[in-house]
Parts: sequence; structure tokens; C-alpha cells
Amino acid sequence: MKTTNRAVRTPGGLSLRLDVRAFTVVLLLLVAALTASVALIGTGDFPIPAADVLRTLVGEGDAGQEFIVNELRLPRVLVGLLVGASLGLGGALFQSISRNPLGSPDVLGLGQGATAGALTVIVLFSGTAGQVAVGALVGGLVTGLAIYVLAWKRGVHGYRLVLVGIGVSAIVTAVNGYLLTKSDIVDAARAVVWMTGSLDGRDWAQVWPLLGLCAVLVPLVLVNARGLRMMEMGDDVSYALGIRVERVRLLLMVAAVLLTASATAAAGPVSFVALTAPQLARRLTRAPGPNLLASLCMGATLLVAADWLSQRAFGAEQLPVGVVTGVLGGVYLLWLLVTERRAGRI
Amino acid sequence: MNRLSAESVTLAYDQRVIAEQLSVEIPDNSFTVIVGPNACGKSTLLRALSRMLKPSTGRVLLDGQVIQSMPAKKVARTLGLLPQSSIAPDGITVGDLVGRGRYPHQGILRQWSTEDERVVQESMRQTGVAELADRYVDELSGGQRQRVWIAMALAQQTPLLLLDEPTTFLDIQHQIDVLDLCAELHEEQGRTLVAVLHDLNHAARYATHLIALREGRIVAEGAPKDIVTAELVEEVFGLRCQVIDDPETGTPLVVPAARKARAGAATGAGEVAATEVS
Repeated sequence: MKTTNRAVRTPGGLSLRLDVRAFTVVLLLLVAALTASVALIGTGDFPIPAADVLRTLVGEGDAGQEFIVNELRLPRVLVGLLVGASLGLGGALFQSISRNPLGSPDVLGLGQGATAGALTVIVLFSGTAGQVAVGALVGGLVTGLAIYVLAWKRGVHGYRLVLVGIGVSAIVTAVNGYLLTKSDIVDAARAVVWMTGSLDGRDWAQVWPLLGLCAVLVPLVLVNARGLRMMEMGDDVSYALGIRVERVRLLLMVAAVLLTASATAAAGPVSFVALTAPQLARRLTRAPGPNLLASLCMGATLLVAADWLSQRAFGAEQLPVGVVTGVLGGVYLLWLLVTERRAGRI
Repeated sequence: MNRLSAESVTLAYDQRVIAEQLSVEIPDNSFTVIVGPNACGKSTLLRALSRMLKPSTGRVLLDGQVIQSMPAKKVARTLGLLPQSSIAPDGITVGDLVGRGRYPHQGILRQWSTEDERVVQESMRQTGVAELADRYVDELSGGQRQRVWIAMALAQQTPLLLLDEPTTFLDIQHQIDVLDLCAELHEEQGRTLVAVLHDLNHAARYATHLIALREGRIVAEGAPKDIVTAELVEEVFGLRCQVIDDPETGTPLVVPAARKARAGAATGAGEVAATEVS
């Protein structure tokens, strides 16, 4: 597949460039995400047909369905979509900045960092769900900052970032283990459930902060996407093209850490979505560049589809979504390692 | 006053000082070539001239303004750079890569004008890669790839173009190809070119203005015919040689002295540092 770029121009001299294939992929992924969402809303102890789900969503369902859809299941699905989108976009940013598919938040230990924050709140303070989320957010941000500071030497990039991330990840994992051994059995059970990553019991209180954050960060990231595309050609080339490389990189790193940490705070460390979504998106669009929008849509689709699968196959409440993404993502990571090794990049 | 110059700059990486109090003028409309032994600071100087490296003292001026204080995109419309290290993103086509050179002329609402299209075609034609437009960059040979990167720098349409060792890793035919292209850009389009070259004979043949650097200082500068002598080569590179007229062009041609003739002479001024700064 060669370039499918089309330019759209107005007589006033404005012009937009559109990769037709990438655009189609984004549209199809949006449709897939919405379809999976409707299916997910219809799934549970009281199955609701898709037609009724849609009717209820536009406000024309009966009272019973309205309660189940709007109060119980819709927020859960929205959290799933937002978490998946944040992880997909965050992962795409990290992979593009590090120029390495392994430079994902999962590998860099941001998930573990958020977990450490959450465990601290659960084990040491027996905090509420809201406090746990704040703890996870802080843990993720501190870890992101630590990685950035440790890996900073004339710009963060490449294997340096990955290696520092793996080191940080190992340390934080040890801390998490220690926290778990210190906890009593009730807290430990709660901690382990949180650590698996789950959408169970998510309500509107989780939706709003996530939606607010995405409303700010996603446009901010997309405005800087052109600079990021150029930065894939190396720092020197992008400087020469007039990009303030350090500034764009810092801004996008902060955005990526915020997206990943807040997603983790809302749903626990759902594993491997940030690693796989950008790679799968890229294989569909076949376009060079960070493929930010496609990764975002792919993340949302993956997470909601994985949640639907876990409920469908094993019944609600039995299998947290993190297990499904973990199994699928683990297989994918192995495949990635093998192909990268064959290509001589590891 | 020339468009690009460095005024008593001190150039250093962290604590390692490469050049002190160095002043350089790039003559307008020249094809300036910087030569010197490894680690003499020639690439470092080029990095400073292209604002990749901020001088610890002194300043680099572009059109009379301190280059660091100018808007990044404005500099990028005036001064282009072909660096040594560049990465072709996975799965990018030649046309797409060359098109990226238009970035400084674009904006969020002006992403791909007819002018962009025209310049990209023109740049690919000049560098002879037009027929490769739909090929993937990773499929190309080294010589083709270098031409593609040059095409990208050309698409930037800058009156000043800096090239950091554009012929390294190319075989002799492709080296000459690239240098011919540079000469064309200089002669036919009036662009000011600054290149770092390793090969003194190439430099003497193609440059209109030669700058010989050693240990961060300018030893000599001027037209190759006027400055390239056996004494200069010995002083700068520590190599005994004869300088004769190039039978093709009449420019100076450096012929190193035979090994046995050099064996008597103790290694002179030209001890080359073990580490190379590039």
C-alpha cells in the first residue's frame, strides 16, 4: 500500500492533508468501539437486546431498562472507552517519543508506579475508592517524573528510556510486593483486585474527571502531532525543520503520563493496551508516523471488546478485564520480541 | 555584511571545549567547505552555525539577528541543514519524506498547498529521485537515500544550506554525484552552501571558499587556489605532500608523499586526537 494522501484545498488558500486509508481506519474503529459498547451494555444478568439499548440511550426505554442502562452499565462502558482511549493515545505517544515499540507505559513501569500509589493508600490508610484513585494518579506521575529525570541526557529517547523504565519498574514492583506483605487479608484482597485492572462498579464519579482530562489533553496532543511526526526523523532533522524538539517532547511526555496515570487511577493497571493498541493501529493504517487518532480509537475498541469478552465468556464479575488484555497482550509482546529480534533491533 | 556568521564563539559539549573565541564569516553565495583533521571541531562549528549547539560564549548571527532568539520556523525557512544522523521512519515513501521538508512553510490550516506539491516535485527532479517517489526509503541504496535526504533539505527552500559530511559512506561515483549536485545548487540557484568534507581534494575542487580548521582555530581561509599549499596541508593535517594542479580542473590536488619519504620525518604537528568529535 503506497501513500494514500489526499489534499483538500479551499480557494482561500487553506489546505488539509488527509490520509484516506488512515481516516477510514479511524472511522471503522469508531464504529467498532460503539458496536462493542452497545453489546457490552446489553450484556449481564439482565440481557437487553441491542435495539432496546439504543432506544434507552436516546431516552425512550422503559424505567427498568433506563436504570440498568443509564445508571449501571453506561458509566462502566464510558469509563472503559475513556480508559482505552487514554491508554491507546498515551502508548502511541510514548512509543513515538522513544522511537521504540517497547517504550510503552506498561514496560516503563508507569502501571507499577500507579499501583504503588494505590497500594499505599489501600494498605497504609485503608482509603476510599476515590482516595485510591488519587493515590494511583500521584504514583503514576511521580514514576513518570522519575523516569524522565533519570533518562534525561540531551533528550530522552531510545533504549535509554526503555532501560531506565525497566529498572524503575523492577524497583517499584519490589516496593509493591513489600506493601502487600504488610497488609492484612482484607486490604490485600482489595489490593489484588485493584491490581488486576477492572471496570466493575465504575460509575459516573469516574466518568467526569476522565472525560474532563481527555477533553483538555487530546486536542493539546493532536495540535502537536505534526511536530511529533517530524521528530521521528531524529532530533537534528527536526531541529533543522524548525521544531522546538525539547519543548514538544516534554509537553507530550507530560500529556502521555497524565493520560496513562489517570486511566490507571480509574480502572487499575489494565495491562498491555498501551503497548498493543498503537502497533495494531499502525498495521491497519500502514501509515508512517505516530498514528495518534487511530491508536486512540484502537485502545477504546480493544478495552471495551475485552471487557465484553470477559463477561460473555465467564459471566459478569468473574474475570476482570485486565486478565483478558493481559493474556492477549502478553502473547502479542512475545510475538513483538521475536520479530524485533529477527529484524535485529534488539 | 554576510547573512551567516559566528562572532567569537566558544563551543563545548558539557565541559569539553572544542573551540574558543572562534569567528567565522560565511561569504554570501559561496560554496564554503570546512576541512580539518578528525576532532578539529568542523562538525561542531556546523552545528553551532545551524543553532543545534548553543555557544557557551559569543553568538551566531543570521541576517544580523542572534540565531537562538529567532522564531524556530523562521530560521528553518532561511537555513537548512542536512545532519549526519537522520532516521527514515518505518514504511515511509520517498515522496512523503521529501514532503516533510515543507514543514516550516506549513501550518495547521495550511498543510499541503499546491506550492508544497510543486516544490516537492521540483526537489525530487533536481536530485534525480523523482522516479523513486513511491518507493519505500528503506529499500533504497545508500547513494539514493542520501539524495532523498538532500531532496528533503531542498524542499525546505532555504537560501542557506548546511551539509554535514554529505558524502560519507558513499562510493566514489555517488560522492561525485552529490558534490556535482551541490555545485549545481550553488551555481544555478545562487544558494549559499556550507559543507563539511573529509576529502581535501574534493574540497579543493568544489569549494569557492575553503576554511581549514585545526584544534578549533582557523588556520587559513580563502579560495582553494590561494590557500592550499604543501605547507598548509602539513600544518593542518600533519601530512607531508605535494600540491599539484588537478589535470581536470586546474584546482589544487594534494598528493601525499610516499611512505618512505615520510618515514624520515618525525610525526609533526599533526598528531590526531584519538577521539573524534562529529
